Amino acid sequence: MSLLLAVAPALPLHEAGKYVAGAFVAFVGVIVIYVAIMGVRLQRMSRELTELNRALQAREQAETARAEAAGSAQR
Amino acid sequence: MYGKGLRALSLATFAALTATFALIFFYAPLDADQGFIQKIFYVHVPVAIVTLCAYVLGGIFAALHLKTHDRRWDLRSYVVIHIALIFNIIGLLTGAVWAKASWGHWWVWDEPTLVSFLIVFLLFATYQPLRFSIEDPERQARYAAVFAVMAGAFVPLNFAAVRAATSTVHPRTFGTADGGLPSQMAWVFVVAIAAIALLFALMCCYEIAAKQTRWQLRALRRRLLGSDAVAPLGRSAAPALGEPSRSAPREGGRGSYPAQAPS
Repeated sequence: MSLLLAVAPALPLHEAGKYVAGAFVAFVGVIVIYVAIMGVRLQRMSRELTELNRALQAREQAETARAEAAGSAQR
Repeated sequence: MYGKGLRALSLATFAALTATFALIFFYAPLDADQGFIQKIFYVHVPVAIVTLCAYVLGGIFAALHLKTHDRRWDLRSYVVIHIALIFNIIGLLTGAVWAKASWGHWWVWDEPTLVSFLIVFLLFATYQPLRFSIEDPERQARYAAVFAVMAGAFVPLNFAAVRAATSTVHPRTFGTADGGLPSQMAWVFVVAIAAIALLFALMCCYEIAAKQTRWQLRALRRRLLGSDAVAPLGRSAAPALGEPSRSAPREGGRGSYPAQAPS
């Protein structure tokens, strides 16, 4: 990286610099906002998936208990 | 599952954007006329090109939906237009910054390229409210598809009309009589277009994967806990692919998708 910076020309970050920075910040900023929204949606889906997993486990446990009860009654 | 290849696409996009930014600031020569301000060109113009192409693509997907009645095309059309609107905002913002730096004004109303880009944005900005105003998913998809086809066809016509108009302020990128970009700048520009197009494709894939995962979760909840456990979907602009259609089913059942959980 330092080698790259050494061979790269000095960037004229005076008057024009703030406009160029502004344009690139606008580009990156909108993308970051989108990624943040996607992150919130992902968290919501993750919570819902955890809830469904819990419901599935409860159902499986209930079915196992029922099967065991039926087996002992037959014996 | 959904989002297949997302990791590879994400890595490719990250690498392409990093390479593009490095090329813009450390390889591309300074413009003799505009100097450092011209660096905005490598973001602004590719974003604008990708946006306009995406609108046309959205129209093509919508036409495929009208032809096949497959609602996956409606989803693709919706997502492409949705992401294109985000890119359109980026294009307008970066263009305004460039205009301020170059011309001294944030916006110039007598410049056909700028105003036409704004008109295209405003036209497609009505796409979401149009969808939102129609409650029935079948009709929503069909009417939105007709709109997307018409608006998508408007984009190249609008572009051609603006090119034909004589403009003295806004620079031209391709096919000018003076020869266009020098080779070093042109090369960076092409890389920038590829990177921005990759970013667009990645955002579309994420959006589609998120929507499909959400529908599958709803379908799974319906199967596991019963229909009462699933809150009814409110009115939405987004297509509801996994939801049972509220309208009469089309002959052959092509109009709606059964709500199935992954096996």
